Amino acid sequence: MRYLLGLIIGAATLWLLLSGVYKPIVLGLGGFSVLFCAYVCHRMGIVDRESVPLHLLARVPLYALWLGGEIAKSNWDVAKRIVLPGRRISPTIVRLRAHQSSELGQAIFANSITLTPGTVTVALRSGDAIVHAITEDNATDMEGGDMDQRVRRLERPFGAPARREASE
Amino acid sequence: MMFLVAIIAIVVTMLMILVRALLGPTVYDRILAINLFGTKTVLFVAVLGFLNGRPEFLDLGLIYALINFIGTVTVLKFMQYGDLGWEAASKEKPDV
Amino acid sequence: MNALIDTASWILLAGGALFSVIGGIGMLRMPDFYTRMHAASVTDTAGMILMLAGLMLQAGLTLVTAKLVFVMLFLLITSPTATHALARAALEDGIEPQVDHDKR
Repeated sequence: MRYLLGLIIGAATLWLLLSGVYKPIVLGLGGFSVLFCAYVCHRMGIVDRESVPLHLLARVPLYALWLGGEIAKSNWDVAKRIVLPGRRISPTIVRLRAHQSSELGQAIFANSITLTPGTVTVALRSGDAIVHAITEDNATDMEGGDMDQRVRRLERPFGAPARREASE
Repeated sequence: MMFLVAIIAIVVTMLMILVRALLGPTVYDRILAINLFGTKTVLFVAVLGFLNGRPEFLDLGLIYALINFIGTVTVLKFMQYGDLGWEAASKEKPDV
Repeated sequence: MNALIDTASWILLAGGALFSVIGGIGMLRMPDFYTRMHAASVTDTAGMILMLAGLMLQAGLTLVTAKLVFVMLFLLITSPTATHALARAALEDGIEPQVDHDKR
């Protein structure tokens, strides 16, 4: 139930911010479309903790901040390698273990790797991420497992230990 | 003035990306180039709106971003499975 | 104050323009498909974020800024997904990356 409510509130906020016209008839149409979408999603049975990850909401800002810093650093690094003359790359492929307990967590981990320039997740098979890195240093950084740790902390529900939670 | 600089930079990038799309050599290079071209178009539309003093253009950019993503994934799916996923549901390969 | 914001937005836009062109150069210069993806993600992240941030400073606290934030969020979520789908499709199609170290 609270996931459905979260979906409705989220969609309504999105609609209000994008519309910018607050006349009764437009508001009515917006309300109708939000409720209709929520009804269709409910009927399709896709409203759950994976599609509406409310439990992540509180921790996401801090993680986004850290990820932004990582993106800035590696952008600078990759940009230098592109512009400076000579071959400054040493492409490397590594296999990383994704320790997240939920598929959503693994998806966030893989997407974070891809979003950071210099590393791309090429495949994600049964908890193993195959990562293509532009230099060997980038690959060894990834093997350090800092990002893996942080995503694991991100997906953990409040107050629970780092163990697998009961599945629905 | 500053919007003009941004627009010129975006257009120059778009030209370089187009060269890559023409050169290939693999089909994936071309898809990557076209996907990137789409993101650049979104930026182009956004900056153009500011240049003309009509930020409403952003709505177009927003829609373009979504369509660009869906288009890329659709082309990839079509290339991989030969259709848009009706058959793939029965195979053990995961969805894109 | 206004001049300060204008200068900051100038710097951000110029930075975005620079990173965007660098990514374009990388698209032409990098030797194989997988390394080109890294160049593409430079334009996709740094170029896009800096440019949209510059536009946000110009727009101030209005609905336009909210829309810019949404454009940025959509692009930040969709672009790695598209890149990953592309890389996976290429690998499954048998396009082997030219690598110096293969630690699979």
